[in-house]
Amino acid sequence: MIIAEWKPIAEIVARLEGCRNILVAGCATCVAECAAGGEREVESLAPLIQMALAQRGYPVEVLTATLERQCEPEFIEPLFPKMETVDAVVSIACGIGIQTLGDRFDPVPVYPGVNTTSLAVREQPGRWSVRCEACGSCVLGDTFGLCPIARCAKSLLNGPCGGTRENGTCEVNSDVDCIWLKIYERAMARGKLEALLGIQPTRNWSNSRHGGQKVMIREDLRP
Amino acid sequence: MKPRAGSRLEKVLKAGEFAVTVEVGPPRGPNAGAVVAKARILADIADGYNVTDNQTAVVRMSSIAASKILLDEGLEPVMQMVCRDRNRIAMQSDLIGASALGIRNVLCLSGDHQKASAGGKLKGHPGAKNVYDIDSIQLVSMVAGMRDRAVQEGGDPLTEPTPFWIGAAWTPLAPPTSFRVFRLAKKVQAGADFIQTQAIFDLHAFAHAMQQAVDLGITEKTFILGGIIVPKSASMLRYMQRNVPGVVVPDVLIDRMAQAKDQQQEGFAITLELIAGLREIPGVKGVHLQAIEAEHLLPEIIQAAGLLPRPSGI
Repeated sequence: MIIAEWKPIAEIVARLEGCRNILVAGCATCVAECAAGGEREVESLAPLIQMALAQRGYPVEVLTATLERQCEPEFIEPLFPKMETVDAVVSIACGIGIQTLGDRFDPVPVYPGVNTTSLAVREQPGRWSVRCEACGSCVLGDTFGLCPIARCAKSLLNGPCGGTRENGTCEVNSDVDCIWLKIYERAMARGKLEALLGIQPTRNWSNSRHGGQKVMIREDLRP
Repeated sequence: MKPRAGSRLEKVLKAGEFAVTVEVGPPRGPNAGAVVAKARILADIADGYNVTDNQTAVVRMSSIAASKILLDEGLEPVMQMVCRDRNRIAMQSDLIGASALGIRNVLCLSGDHQKASAGGKLKGHPGAKNVYDIDSIQLVSMVAGMRDRAVQEGGDPLTEPTPFWIGAAWTPLAPPTSFRVFRLAKKVQAGADFIQTQAIFDLHAFAHAMQQAVDLGITEKTFILGGIIVPKSASMLRYMQRNVPGVVVPDVLIDRMAQAKDQQQEGFAITLELIAGLREIPGVKGVHLQAIEAEHLLPEIIQAAGLLPRPSGI
C-alpha cells in the first residue's frame, strides 16, 4: 500500500493563516490502512489545526470529509457542495489524492497534510517498511522476490556492499536487514546460489522517474 | 605480455614484487599545497598513492584533481571513483578526463552512503540525493570496456581507449562471509586487475578467506593487496570493531593496545606484524596501508617492514 505520515502541525497551519473556512480531506484507502489519512485521522487532525490557528489569532471553521478514494475523480464529486464555502483544503491522502483533488477544485489551494513516504507493507502493528519503488522495471524474478532497488540503500544489483553489519542489518540503518543478505539466504535455502553468480548488467532506468514524467497507455482501454 | 595500462603499479605486480600502496586523503579545501606536502612526505615509499573520492561522503577536493597534483609531484595515483555521486555519463566523462591527465590506475567502489557523512564530528550532507545509477561491479565492467574495446557503456565508440589498471575492493569478513568470495569473483570476471581489501586485523580469518579465493582460482586472475589501517589507540580499534562493518578486530588486539605504555608505538608494532602476516598468506601480492590523519607515520613503518627501497627500473 501507499504509506504516508503527518507533517508537523506548524508546517500545515503556516499555510492556512487568514483562511476562514478550511476542509480537512482524508482518504479511506491506503492512507487509512497506515493510520495517516483515514476518517479517524481526519477527525483528530481537524481540531488540532483549528486550535493551532486560534492560538495564532486566526479563528477558522474546519469542515471534514473522508472520501472512499481520493485518487478517483468519481469519488471526489460528492465534495462539491462543501467546496463552495472553503478557502483552502488540507488533504491527508497520498500525493496522488492531493493532486487529484487540487485539479478538480482548482483554483482552491489543496495543501498536503502528510508526506507520502513509499510503497510499503505493514510488518508489525505500528511498523511499515518499504517494498517497492515503482521503478518500472521489476527485478524480483532475479532476486528471489526481495527488492534491492527499494530495500538496498544503494540499490545495488550485484550483491551486498561491504556495509552488512555483524547482526545482518544495514550500515545505513541498523533497524533494517541488509536485503542482499536476505536474498543470499533465500538463494542458499533454495539451492540456487548460481543465480547470484552472474554479473547483472547496468540497468535501464528510463521506465522510472528518470525517463521523464511517466504515462501508461493501454490502447485496449482507450475510448 | 602487453601492458593494460602501463602504470607502475601494474608493472610492479606483474614483476612479482610485493606491492605497497598507501592512502592519501585530499583536503577539505582548495589547498594544493597540502597535497604537495603529503606527496613530499610520502615520495618513494609506495608504488601507488590511493586518492579517496569523498570518503565517508564528506566533501573534499576531487580525487581527479588531487591525483593530478600527485602526478605532477612524480607520484603515481590510484584514483578512487565511487558510484554514489555521479551517473554513468559523468563517470565516463571524468574517466576520459582522468586518462587525458595521465592517471593510469582507478579503484572502483560503491562508495559510503551519504548518511555516513554525519557520523563523526562533521555535519556532512545526509540529506543529499544519491545516484547509484550503476554499482561497483558494473563500473569495473564499464572501465574495462573503455580500455579494452574503446567503447562507452551505451555502445558509442571512444576516439581512443582509456588505459586504466582497474582496481576493486573486497570486504571478505562482512556477512554473509560465505558469499564474499563469490562477489570477489564477479569483480574479477568484470575486469578487476587488482583488489584492495577492507582493513584486516584478524589474520587467521583473512587467511581462511584467501584460501577460498585461491581455491576458486581468483588469485591467478587478479592481484590481491591486503588492507591495513594503522591503529593509533585502543579506542580507535574499539570504534572500528563496533562501527565499521567488515572490519573484524579481535578483542585480544584491543586489550594489548589498552595495556601498552605507548599506544602509538604499539600500533606501529601491530602494523609491522600485520604486514609480515599478510606477506605469508598465499595469494597476497601486496599491502595497502592507511594511516588516517597520520600519513607521516608511513615512511618509517614501510622502512621498518623491510619494504624499502621500492623496486626501481621497472
